[in-house]
Amino acid sequence: MSAPAGPPAAEAATVSAQADDARPRRGNRNPRRFFRHPTGVLGLSIVLFLTLMSLLAPVLKPYDSRSDRNLRARLAPPSAEHIFGADELGRDIFTRVLHGGRISLRAGLLAVAFASVVGTLLGVLAGFVGGWVDIAVVWAVDLLLAFPGILLAIAIVATLGPNLTNALLAIAITQVPIYTRIMRSAVLQVKQAEYVQAARAVGAGGVRVVLRHVLPNSLAPLIVQLTLSIGTAILDVAALGFLGLGAQPPAPEWGLMIRDGFSQFLRAPWMSIFPGVGIFLSVVGFNLLGDAIRDVLDPRLRGV
Amino acid sequence: MTSYLTRRLLGLIPLLIGVTFLIFLLTRVIPGDPAVAMLGERAAPNLVERLRRDMGLDRPLFLNTAAYRESGQLRSLFDSQYFTYMGRLVRGDLGRSVLTLVPVSQSLRHRFPATIELALAAMLLAIAVGIPAGTWASRKRGTLSDTFVTLVAIVGVSFPVFWLAIILIYFFAVVLGWLPPSGRLSSTTQLQSVTGFYVLDGILTGNLRASLDALKHLILPAVALGTIPLAIVVRMTRSAMLEVLGQDYVRTARAKGINERRVVRKHSLKNALLPVITIIGLSFGSLLSGAILTETVFSWPGIGRWVYDGITSRDYPIIQGGVLFVAIVFVVVNLLVDLTYPLIDPRIQYS
Repeated sequence: MSAPAGPPAAEAATVSAQADDARPRRGNRNPRRFFRHPTGVLGLSIVLFLTLMSLLAPVLKPYDSRSDRNLRARLAPPSAEHIFGADELGRDIFTRVLHGGRISLRAGLLAVAFASVVGTLLGVLAGFVGGWVDIAVVWAVDLLLAFPGILLAIAIVATLGPNLTNALLAIAITQVPIYTRIMRSAVLQVKQAEYVQAARAVGAGGVRVVLRHVLPNSLAPLIVQLTLSIGTAILDVAALGFLGLGAQPPAPEWGLMIRDGFSQFLRAPWMSIFPGVGIFLSVVGFNLLGDAIRDVLDPRLRGV
Repeated sequence: MTSYLTRRLLGLIPLLIGVTFLIFLLTRVIPGDPAVAMLGERAAPNLVERLRRDMGLDRPLFLNTAAYRESGQLRSLFDSQYFTYMGRLVRGDLGRSVLTLVPVSQSLRHRFPATIELALAAMLLAIAVGIPAGTWASRKRGTLSDTFVTLVAIVGVSFPVFWLAIILIYFFAVVLGWLPPSGRLSSTTQLQSVTGFYVLDGILTGNLRASLDALKHLILPAVALGTIPLAIVVRMTRSAMLEVLGQDYVRTARAKGINERRVVRKHSLKNALLPVITIIGLSFGSLLSGAILTETVFSWPGIGRWVYDGITSRDYPIIQGGVLFVAIVFVVVNLLVDLTYPLIDPRIQYS
C-alpha cells in the first residue's frame, strides 16, 4: 500500500500501468485468504442467509401488516403452527421477524450508502482543497462526533417527527464523519506521494488523481468500514424503533416489535426474544464479515 | 502543559458554539409552529402565545435589524432568538419542562448522579473483566481459548443493549428471582441521600442494608450497559498486548530471566494501556448514550430515562437540555482522557 519510491515524472505512466498489472494477481490471493478465515466465513454465511430470507420473505410468507390479526391466537406461545409464537393481536411472530429483516437490511444499506457517499465527497473535498474548506469540514466532523452514539440521531428524529425515513436520515448523518475522516486522511497521505505529484506534473487532473490514486489506496479501509457500518446502522434503526422514534406501528420492524413485546414480556417473552435474535444475528454477521475483511485486506493488522 | 491546556480549552470554544448552535437550530426546524408542536394541537391559545413569547418565536432568528434601526442601539440588534437562547445558556438556564414547568437544569442536577453511578459501575465491570481477559487472550495467542475470547468480544459488541436488558430482567429477576427488575431501591428501603450515589450514601450514613439493596439494583443495568464497552476493552487490550509482547525489550526482559508474570504486568501491560485508556474514554460517551436505552428498560431514574420520557411527551426543552448536557460531558471527558496520557506514558509531553 505504501507509495513506490519516487519515480521520475516521465515514468509515471509506466508505473501506473505496472500497478494495473499487479492488482489482479494480488487480488486473487485475497478471496482464498478470506475463505480460510473461519469467523469470516461464518459472518458471510449469516449475512447471505439473512439476505436470502429477506428476499424470499414475500414468497415464503406473503404479508400485509395492515390486515394481519388473528385474535384467536392472541399471545399464543411458540408451537408447530406459530414457531415463534404470536403477539397480543395474534400476529405470527415468525412472519413478522422475516419481514422485519427486509426493513432492517434495506434501512442499514440505505443509511450507509448515503453516509459513505456524502462522507467520502466531503473528505476528498477537504483533503484536496485544503485551506478554510478543510478547516470548516474538520470542524463540522468534530461537531458531529461530539454527540456520542445515537444521541444526535435521537435529537434529530425527536424534533423532526418520528418515522423510518427521518430515522434513516439521522443515522446516516451520525455516520458521515467516519467516512470523511478516512477519505481526508487518505487524500492527505496520497497528495504528498511522489507518484501523485508525478501524475499531476504530466497533467493528470484532480478527478483523475482521485479515481486512479486516492480511491484505490483507500479502498481497503473503506470496504471494512462499509461492512461494519451496516451492522451499526441496523442496530441504531432498531434502537430508534425501540424508543418509538423509528418505524411506526404496524410495521414489523424489529426494534418496534421489542418495544411492543416489552410491555407484555411477563406473559409473552417470545414477543421480544425473537425480533432481538434477528437484530443480533444481522449485527454479528456484518461485524464478523467486516473484521475478516480487515484481516485479509490490511496486512498491517493481520492477526491483531 | 499549561500552554497545551490553554490551547485545548480554547479549541473547545468553537466546538461548544457549534454544538449549542446545532441544538438551537433543531428547535427551530420543528415542522409547523414549534409552540403548537410542544403544547399539542388543542392547547389553549393563550398558553401557546405565552410559550411563543417565552421562546422568543416572535422575534427574528439571528439579528434584529428592525429593532436596531428603530432604536439605534447596538444592544437591540441582538434582541433575537439565537442571542437570547445563548444568553440564557451561558447563565445555565436551559428552559423549563413544557409539561411540569420544572427547570431543566434542576432536573439535570437531580438526575445526574443516578446516571453517573450506573455508568461508573458499567465501566468498572468493563475494566475489571476486560483487561485481564484481553491480557490472558494475548498470552494464549492462536489457541482455542484466544479464538473463543475474540469471538465473544465480537459477539459482545453486537448485542442490542435494550434487548439484552430485557433478557437479563427476564432470567435474573422473573425466572430466577435473584435480583430486582427495576428502579434503584426497593420501596421498603429508606435511604437518606447525601451524594446521590446510593451505594455510597448507604455506606456514608451507616445504612449498610440500603447500600446492599442499591447494589443489587445496580447489577443488572450495569451488566447490560457494560457489555459493549467490556467487549471493546477486551479486544483493545488483546491487540495492544500482542503488539507490546513482540517488542525487543520484552524479549530482553525475558532473556534476563525476569519471571513471566512480571514481564507481563510491568513490562508489557503498562505499555499496552495507552490505547486501552483511549478506548475507555471513548466508550464513556457511548455509555452515556446507551444509558438512554438501559435506563428506559430498567426504569432507572437517571438522565436517560428522563430524556426518554421527554421524547414520549414531546417535551422539547428536556430533549434538548439532556442531549446538550450529555454532549458537553462527553467532550469534557475526552479532554480529560487526553490529559491523562502523560501520567501513564512519560514519553508523551504536552507543550
